[in-house]
Amino acid sequence: MLKGLFILLLFQLVGEAISRGLGLPVPGPVIGVMLLFAALMLSARFKPMRKPDEGPLPVEQAADGLLSHLGLLFVPAGVGVAQSYYALQGHLLGVAVALIGSTAITLVATVAVFRLVARAIERRAAR
Amino acid sequence: MKPSPERFFELWVFLSTSPLLWLTVTIGAFLAAQQIAAAAGRHPLVNPVLIAIVAIVVVLRVTETDYRTYFDGAQFVHFALGPATVALAVSLFRNRALVAHDAAPIAAALVVGAIVACVSVVLIARALALPPEIVTALAPKSVTVSIALGIAGQIGADPGLVAVFAIATGISGAILVTPVMNALGVKDFAARGFAVGLASHGIGTARAFQVDGVAGAFAGLAMALNAVVTALVAPTIIGWLAP
Repeated sequence: MLKGLFILLLFQLVGEAISRGLGLPVPGPVIGVMLLFAALMLSARFKPMRKPDEGPLPVEQAADGLLSHLGLLFVPAGVGVAQSYYALQGHLLGVAVALIGSTAITLVATVAVFRLVARAIERRAAR
Repeated sequence: MKPSPERFFELWVFLSTSPLLWLTVTIGAFLAAQQIAAAAGRHPLVNPVLIAIVAIVVVLRVTETDYRTYFDGAQFVHFALGPATVALAVSLFRNRALVAHDAAPIAAALVVGAIVACVSVVLIARALALPPEIVTALAPKSVTVSIALGIAGQIGADPGLVAVFAIATGISGAILVTPVMNALGVKDFAARGFAVGLASHGIGTARAFQVDGVAGAFAGLAMALNAVVTALVAPTIIGWLAP
């Protein structure tokens, strides 16, 4: 668990260093995701025979621990946000309509495009 | 020594300003909220993130604690957002065969979704005649908070408002996704997860992991990809559509 946490922090650190060092528009943790994914692919290539009884890797244990409580991690920021609603200066209703409406539209548009393209590919493969 | 109101007050003064109390309250509130969500059969309206936030806001209000004091304790939880983002690589790696299989739908849904998320909110906000500073701050709403703040700098939006809108969007999407997808009859958990991760970032991803592991992996992927695409397109969209 400690080793896994170390690996996650290390990849975040390297990601931040690359993002800031090179002035990239891509945020550090996103670069960290790409690097860790690449590292996992490489380790699977060089060590393809992982026995099932070996159990999860340390990094998997740490990742599962964090991701199973992902919601918790947004609570501190959420509390800060809930206290600043007065900044909306009486536009609460309009903002709520815009946010909820746009979120629903985005959900529908994204899932529709995903399914349409997936179905088109399946149909072509079946032919 | 016998307990007395003075001693109790002294204890409270110590505890209320120590990080220990507010860290414990944050984790305790979330655990209790999860219990409530589980008791409600994980009903989409009973969102544990929202319940925990409301409960803590009430506690802070009642105890007259300011946000800075609270955050001294809660920052340890907040900090874990970074490594948790990196941890998405693990769920991506586990589902790499599925992700590779769906590469084309992922690419298409990403581009359309990122543009719709940004354009639709700006157009609705303008139609409702909201003030320009609110319209601009709404544009990066579907991106996870830390990254939305970076985009705020690029488009000249108020960072406080941007954070409010990003969190509110995350909670909205996490609540909306299950009823919307069921109404549309979408049973593909990869597609459902991708949509909620794109529309409502980490809070949507947390909801996806609550429902299904594959949905969680695709939500995390969508969140990471959308952060990059929105950072690239939001300044242009704001340039065209801002009032």
